[in-house]
Amino acid sequence: MIKKEKKFRSVKASKLSSTIFSYITLGILSIIWLYPILWIILSAFRVEYRDGNLITTVVGNYFPKGIGFENFKLLFENPTGNNPFIRWFTNTLIVSVFTFILSTLFTLSVAYVMSKLRFPMRKKFLGIAIILGLFPGFMSMIAIYYILKAISLTGTLYALILVYSAGAGLGFYVAKGFFDIIPNSLMESARLDGATNSQIFTKIVLPLSKPIIIYTALLAFIGPWMDFIFAKVILGTNRQMYTVAVGLYEMMYGEQVSSSQFTVFAAGSVVVAIPIVTLFLSMQKYYVEGVTAGAVKG
Amino acid sequence: MEHTEDRKNKKTSVISRFLSFFQKIGNKILKFFINLYKSIINGFKKFFARFMDGSIGTKLSHLIMGAGNFYHKQFIKGFIYLALQFGFFFLMITSPTVNNTPIGFKSLGNLITLGTEEGGIIFNPDFTFEIIPTDNSMLMLLFGVIVIGIIAVYIIAHNSSIKSSYKADLDKRHNKKPTSFKQDIKSLLDERFHVALLTPALIGILVFTILPTIFMILIAFTNSDKEHVAGQQLIDWVGFLNFSNIFSGTGEISRRFLPVLSWTLIWAFFATFTNYIGGILLALLINKKEVKFKKLWRTIFVITIALPQFVTLLAMRSLLMNQGPVHQMLINIGILAEGSTFEILQFASNPWTTRIAVILINVWIGVPYTMLMTSGILMNVPSELYEAAQIDGATKRQAFFNITIPYIVFVTTPYLITSFIGNITSFNVIFLLTGGLPRAGGGAIAGQTDLLVTWLYKLTIEQNDYNLGSVIAILTFIITASATLISYRRSKSFKEEDAFQ
Repeated sequence: MIKKEKKFRSVKASKLSSTIFSYITLGILSIIWLYPILWIILSAFRVEYRDGNLITTVVGNYFPKGIGFENFKLLFENPTGNNPFIRWFTNTLIVSVFTFILSTLFTLSVAYVMSKLRFPMRKKFLGIAIILGLFPGFMSMIAIYYILKAISLTGTLYALILVYSAGAGLGFYVAKGFFDIIPNSLMESARLDGATNSQIFTKIVLPLSKPIIIYTALLAFIGPWMDFIFAKVILGTNRQMYTVAVGLYEMMYGEQVSSSQFTVFAAGSVVVAIPIVTLFLSMQKYYVEGVTAGAVKG
Repeated sequence: MEHTEDRKNKKTSVISRFLSFFQKIGNKILKFFINLYKSIINGFKKFFARFMDGSIGTKLSHLIMGAGNFYHKQFIKGFIYLALQFGFFFLMITSPTVNNTPIGFKSLGNLITLGTEEGGIIFNPDFTFEIIPTDNSMLMLLFGVIVIGIIAVYIIAHNSSIKSSYKADLDKRHNKKPTSFKQDIKSLLDERFHVALLTPALIGILVFTILPTIFMILIAFTNSDKEHVAGQQLIDWVGFLNFSNIFSGTGEISRRFLPVLSWTLIWAFFATFTNYIGGILLALLINKKEVKFKKLWRTIFVITIALPQFVTLLAMRSLLMNQGPVHQMLINIGILAEGSTFEILQFASNPWTTRIAVILINVWIGVPYTMLMTSGILMNVPSELYEAAQIDGATKRQAFFNITIPYIVFVTTPYLITSFIGNITSFNVIFLLTGGLPRAGGGAIAGQTDLLVTWLYKLTIEQNDYNLGSVIAILTFIITASATLISYRRSKSFKEEDAFQ
């Protein structure tokens, strides 16, 4: 009896200590994860002067000595004329709106065809899609650059929209996994009622697929805000046409900038991050569903 | 004795399995070509059968696209086909020039020669001169590939025009009316809905994925480097020279290939496993019963995914700079002395410092993603499993180690492989954090942390050595392709592709 009680108490104690351990670990990890993010926000609002000049470079003190909106002012007013941030922001918005419409259409239609329609070349398409997915995106990047140059599209937003959405049909796997789960009996009964394939797709399957539509659209919309390298190669030196990613990078490390504009970069990052992070967090549920489905389907 | 025998058996079985794997691939490739040959022969047979059996219209269709359709009074269709044929031959024969480079039948010859005009200035006797531009070999190569593609599409279109006329023949024979244009359009929304849905996406893939890939593969067999710039010098085919240079040459590519390759594999291995294990542990921690505010904790980590990588990575880079905040903090705590230098990224003296730092920063980037995924999977563990375990009298700990963990590992194995491949070709982390630095010495372009893909970027975009870049790209493809082939054979979801239907 005594032994049992002792065991019971030790179980309770170990449970308590494990709870404390969990919270401490989570606390430490949260600090590590938030440390750089908080720093960006602090740097965006940092206002420090040396010899009467605003310091825009990286400084050693984590917490700023003065706070204000000077960096945002520099960002939006663009005194050097080299960094039209508002223009970059509009560019990215235009590209991402068109990309998200086109790629969602491409991805969903290919996924639906591969999942629910049967036609002679189907298996072959699946195989080719897998193989094409294995080539590094870069490999085609240089070639795409040449193709766009041949039709004089480099340095334009059209080129960027084309590049982001044209290959979208290949990323159909996650959505296909979703369509696979929709029971065929549903479609067969509709067909018996005289519905055509296109009616089944638009009136029955799509209304049931809200989560996967949102997941696909979310990724397509966020893509242009995140991508850096394709935009850099395709837009080249045409600063007016930059997206925020390329623009902010060039602001920090570009050849035209003599001194590092870190705090202005931070201010720009905050302006870009607020809408994207809000959008992402509000759609988190769908994102998790998509990611999980994608992992399981492989 | 028995033990060693056992081990021997195991060893041979592994080897034989490995061999049989490649044998199977070989067989598959062989089968593919046999099937291809058969379908081409079949195509020709059908072609002749239709010619012999078809009406006058169908017979004429073999020569003039759409003739059969006119014969069957399908005027709109016939007109579209005729316009296609006219457009095709017009393009091919006139070979219009784009940027001084012809696109048409001439492109086929140019594809072989890659240009013959070296360009230059001709002085006429009357003291005038003409500038003759150099042939643009890269554009010639590109247009050659495009023209072959156009010819292939034309053959398919012509074949389909014959087919459609023959189908109208058969319809007539069976006393049915040939389909009208309206009916054809309607069928696109029903029986042939897949054609309507796939065509736009396929055109996109063809132009922006397949064409560039073929173009890039071909460049690997040319001498398109910084001494042969398209439009200034002529580029030539060099066969496998670029590939053999990796093993026997003395240039950058032969000296740096093995170091970069091995670092790429080390990086991919550690980046994958640290993220995988870290993510699972974090998910388990957050999903513990006694931990409250689960959503809050998850959100803290998810912010990393939501933020663009160029922001987070460039912030990390600045944070870890010499004289940066982390340096200052280490001085304040007393770990580093005042006035010391702190270089762990681009200018570290020991490359392994940078390498380890990059892998650790990648944990910061990648763990939240695995955490989210594992959280999703944890919610989907079939509850029957736990119930059965409870009936059998298993403790919670036992259930955890015998159900939860195996289930997660089982479900996420395909992800592990795709993420390994993703890490081999991961560009952002290295490019934005270190740019491939620290330098490797000897004037090499590839730094100590360059991966194959960032090296590829430097070779092409910065150095204009397109041929070397393409070679690297092809080798990267071979690595990722073999990893995928092995994994797909094991992945259940691929084998049982139709299991859920």
